[in-house]
Amino acid sequence: MNNAAADHVSARRANRIEVEQLCVDYNGQVALYDANLSLPAGCICGLVGMNGAGKSTLFKALTGFVRPSHGRIRINDLSVLGAQQQQAVAYVPQSEGIDCNFPVSVWDVVMMGRYGSMNLLRIPRPSDRVAVRDALQRVELLDLAQRPIGALSGGQRKRAFLARAIAQRASVLLLDEPFNGVDVRTEKLMAQLFLQFRGEGRTILISTHDLSHISDFCDLVVLINRTVLAYGNTQEVFTPENLARTFGGMVPNP
Amino acid sequence: MTWLLEPLTHAFMVRALLVSALVGCICGLLSCYMTLKGWALMGDAVSHAVMPGVVVAYALGLPFSLGAFVFGVGSVAAIGFVKQKSRIKEDTVIGLVFTGFFALGLVLVSKVRSNIDLTHILFGNVLGISSSDIQQTLLISALVVGLLLVFRRDLLLFCFDPTHARSIGINTGLLHYMLLSVLSLTAVAGLQTVGVILVVAMLVTPGATAYLLTDRFDRMTGLAMASSVLSSVLGVYISYWTDSSTAGCIVLVQTGLFLLAFLLAPRYGILNAHRSQAS
Repeated sequence: MNNAAADHVSARRANRIEVEQLCVDYNGQVALYDANLSLPAGCICGLVGMNGAGKSTLFKALTGFVRPSHGRIRINDLSVLGAQQQQAVAYVPQSEGIDCNFPVSVWDVVMMGRYGSMNLLRIPRPSDRVAVRDALQRVELLDLAQRPIGALSGGQRKRAFLARAIAQRASVLLLDEPFNGVDVRTEKLMAQLFLQFRGEGRTILISTHDLSHISDFCDLVVLINRTVLAYGNTQEVFTPENLARTFGGMVPNP
Repeated sequence: MTWLLEPLTHAFMVRALLVSALVGCICGLLSCYMTLKGWALMGDAVSHAVMPGVVVAYALGLPFSLGAFVFGVGSVAAIGFVKQKSRIKEDTVIGLVFTGFFALGLVLVSKVRSNIDLTHILFGNVLGISSSDIQQTLLISALVVGLLLVFRRDLLLFCFDPTHARSIGINTGLLHYMLLSVLSLTAVAGLQTVGVILVVAMLVTPGATAYLLTDRFDRMTGLAMASSVLSSVLGVYISYWTDSSTAGCIVLVQTGLFLLAFLLAPRYGILNAHRSQAS
């Protein structure tokens, strides 16, 4: 483990996310091996690596989409399944990964964030409506609530999915390339929201291959290339040497 | 009015109209999920793959829906297994598995001693439907409608964003197999009215028509069911008066409704799209 990170993290007892010796493979093809990571409550963390470096695999492991072949993940000191059942993890997808011709309104999409805490039939209670309204207000989309999701611009759609995570009241937010193709207004608003989330004690993990945003927003950085190469405070980890290892395609010796 | 009422003096026509309306209803409901999930090819595969099940069930004296269900789900399992264990792409696997099952059905029909009429399986026989078949259809419809209503929101989310569904603790694997089971059951119901070959139309066309007419999922299901029931009933009538293939008439009416939506739909019809571009 990177020692700077170890110092940073061990200062707090209960971490939001603990990943220990995580290995994931798809039919024998190793996507991620021996990845270690721990993230505190209330931080903004950049997850940096090339395409295919294992960023989305780590996200999939954290959302329970792939089962690790080895190692373990704890979120809020719970298993991934336990954390899911507590609505602790929210995933904010890349807009491109979503079928935007789907016949749902912005309101419907944000309401989906509440499903996990509703009964089997998913009938919204007044408290769910309040949560959706509040979330839409925070991302400044309340006036577009009844629009079909496909009628929004890329940035607005991104905010709609962010609102869904807010409505879910998740303590861990996983964001896939949040700054891809968004307008200036959305970018500013997202930056503000991330700071607010941090103040609320949420842990925000931002996956990106765009380095320009990292030093602006992120307290912590995780560098990933088939494994976690380094993680810790942005100033300490974000060195040219580390970046060369992340993007240079050199095979690390674990 | 005689054109409307005269057919109703025949018991077989009353039965045919009721069964095809019921089948239209459940196919219309399911077709929304098939269109949104992009499972048209899967629907085609399952509906063909149930054929050997129907033959085996008849030969053993079991309810044919049971045999069909086993083979329908079996084909899906086979598709999943081959896809996972080989490097072959999914659409190729689907194509080869369902034709294999269908071919098995053809051979069985020709070798197994029974009173099954191949054309009834291939093209449906709603005018000659028996009361035990009606009972099975009723049972299937109740089950399908019940499941689709209870899991309506979850299935919608599963089609829209399975990653989010998973991350809030919804069992997406269960939903996947439930939707496939519902598909198998619906295919069995559908093959009574329009037969194996055209059942995919029942599973796709109403959903596609409704999808062109609205941006609201609830309205989409309503429109799909309405257009599906309308085409089933109208198709049976037309087939009665023109003495032509019932399955053909039902599906033709469905296709006609789709074409109307394709041309005239308020926002997504091509004529209106041109007009709004011009203005």
